Amino acid sequence: MSFDIVLWLVQDGIVNGAIYALLALALLLVFAVTRAIFVPQGEFISYAALSLALLQAGKLPGTVYVLVGGGAIAALLDIAVALRDRAPGRLPRILAVYVLLPLAMAGIAWWAAPRKLDMWIQVLIVFGLVVPLGPILYRVAYRPLAGASVLVLFIISMAAHYVLTGLGLVFFGGEGLRSQAFSDAHFKIGVLNISAQSVLVVLATVLIMASLWLFFEHSIYGKALRATAINRVGARLVGIPAELSGSLALTLAAFIGAVSGVLIAPITTIYYDTGFLIGLKGFVGAILGGMGSYPLAAIGAVGVGLLESFSSFWASAFKESIVFTIIIPVLVWRSLTTRHVEDEEE
Amino acid sequence: MNRRLLAALALAGVFAATAASAEITVGVSLGSTGPGSSLGIPYKNAFQLVPKTLGGEPVKYIILDDQSKPDEAAKNARKFVTEDKVDAMMGSNGVPSAVAMIQVAAENKTPMIALTPVPPLSPDRLHWTFVVPQPTELMMSAVVEHLKAHGAKSVGYIGFSDTWGDLVHNALQSLAPAGGFKIITNERYARADTSVTGQVLKIMAANPDVVVVGGSGTGGALPQIALRERGYKGAIYHNHGTVNLAFIKVGGKAVEGAIAPTGALIVAEELPASFPTKKVSLDFVKRYESSFGAGSRNAFAGYSYDGVALLNAAVPVALKKAKPGTPEFREALRAALENVKNIIGTHGVYNMSASNHNGLDDRGRVLVDVSNGQWRLMK
Repeated sequence: MSFDIVLWLVQDGIVNGAIYALLALALLLVFAVTRAIFVPQGEFISYAALSLALLQAGKLPGTVYVLVGGGAIAALLDIAVALRDRAPGRLPRILAVYVLLPLAMAGIAWWAAPRKLDMWIQVLIVFGLVVPLGPILYRVAYRPLAGASVLVLFIISMAAHYVLTGLGLVFFGGEGLRSQAFSDAHFKIGVLNISAQSVLVVLATVLIMASLWLFFEHSIYGKALRATAINRVGARLVGIPAELSGSLALTLAAFIGAVSGVLIAPITTIYYDTGFLIGLKGFVGAILGGMGSYPLAAIGAVGVGLLESFSSFWASAFKESIVFTIIIPVLVWRSLTTRHVEDEEE
Repeated sequence: MNRRLLAALALAGVFAATAASAEITVGVSLGSTGPGSSLGIPYKNAFQLVPKTLGGEPVKYIILDDQSKPDEAAKNARKFVTEDKVDAMMGSNGVPSAVAMIQVAAENKTPMIALTPVPPLSPDRLHWTFVVPQPTELMMSAVVEHLKAHGAKSVGYIGFSDTWGDLVHNALQSLAPAGGFKIITNERYARADTSVTGQVLKIMAANPDVVVVGGSGTGGALPQIALRERGYKGAIYHNHGTVNLAFIKVGGKAVEGAIAPTGALIVAEELPASFPTKKVSLDFVKRYESSFGAGSRNAFAGYSYDGVALLNAAVPVALKKAKPGTPEFREALRAALENVKNIIGTHGVYNMSASNHNGLDDRGRVLVDVSNGQWRLMK
């Protein structure tokens, strides 16, 4: 193996690792705030990537039906609660958030699709379609059982994953899609020929990490999320509503998923079920980082990317096995070195 | 109500049942959801275009989804034989699922029309199984002839890390001595992989004369795009699982010049008038595209259609011996399927025999390449 090849593999590993790192952060965030292993994270990637590819092809992405339908279910749930509580004053807000907003986004997408607007506008539309799925998913799937055990929350995640994948197949079809590159430019650095697209991936990842850090350190909502993550009961005692934290965490997760999807869509072929595997590798990264620290999770995820890249060179048939097997020694090591803290009871 | 009347009613019921069972029942299991759905959906679409009769008798197709999972396919197959008492089974779009159905069919002595190429079967299973698609060796032999004619001595292989990747690799391996070439890489990737950089770097380092890709559908595009990005200049061959329009949509300019073997129907218009399947292929393609959109033609729907054509030819022979719904009919149908001769399908001409349960020959394949964003017949 020559030095050139090592450089190439490192470059490839870092680009993929950057995407995994984003997802590892999202998974960690949702886990810390809601205690749910957020399996459907990957679906946001597929939805965003496929929506972008379809918009570029001048077609209306099926995401709008998921958005409007999901919003309607969320609205019905909330309206039922509002009527039971005899609080009709809440109705306008419910309708605005869960019905009018999705309908407006769907309308914009419907209007924009055949016009093939500028790529950056299409990306914004994709964000508008995918990000609201986060709070809607929280309202419909997680909130009714927010206090349940980690296992129950995990089962909810699996259910949500299957529902979203199934809807993805219905609306996007079985074949894969690929979107146009943001830029065809290439830079030559020594032997490496780096595409502008891969630079964009790494830059966007660093940017998002930096803004997440700012958000958690300096904004009141970020601090509320951190408080919930550190101690749920304590956070509730000082007046941070658990629903708000959960909803916010899933919104951020959906946003990170949408960014990852948009970034990765021009690099590879995305299928309705591709996102799951990408999300899973982000999860491996988060576990390598100990499922507790954001910087460690990001480093772990980049490690997964590098490992994947080198194993695809050395033993491509065993690549997935190698990537997923490293969880085992890490878990063994962690279970031997950390004391188990019981944090189930409230 | 006296006892005699009851007996008469019961008797009438039996007659009614016999009359109804003149209808032929065919159980079809396809993965119209799950990872194989991009193939399963066109397989299923074809059943909207098949005739409502088989050999002049009304036919009922029971189409179930096996989610592209072998265990679901086996479950469907068991339901077909125990509950629906089917006369024949068809399926599935994944090799492992088809193999699972073949097992059930052989156990229950029911004719099975396999819609995917299957690995070599033991004699008792082959006895009941008839395979519609071209064997992988037949298809890859077209590729081998072409690369031999162009003087390629070394072949780089990259394929799916599943049964399909193995089937294509093994076919290529078995043809290598006659083709006078060596396979110098055996790289694997998964459809959902975000990058094949590692594999492609290894192929580039080995520097083969040509590359053969063992993927399917849009999944076949990723290695070719990566190879071209890295500046690979040699010819890139694919297999018959790759030939559809989505592959070109995803691959764009990078897949220009990709070569693949396929059944005749993909390029029906371009076939010479003397080509035996021209009329059948063209007719099917036109009907399929008028129902499912221009450019929607694909090999998979053709396999379903040809499977039905085989049954259609065998059923009249079997009807002379027994009534549908009986074990005797299933045995007669099996024997009749084994003896169908010169059945023209959309993919080729079928001539079955006791030792050959596929029956396709060189007329069942053509080479196509991507030129100007279209699959075109190679002259």
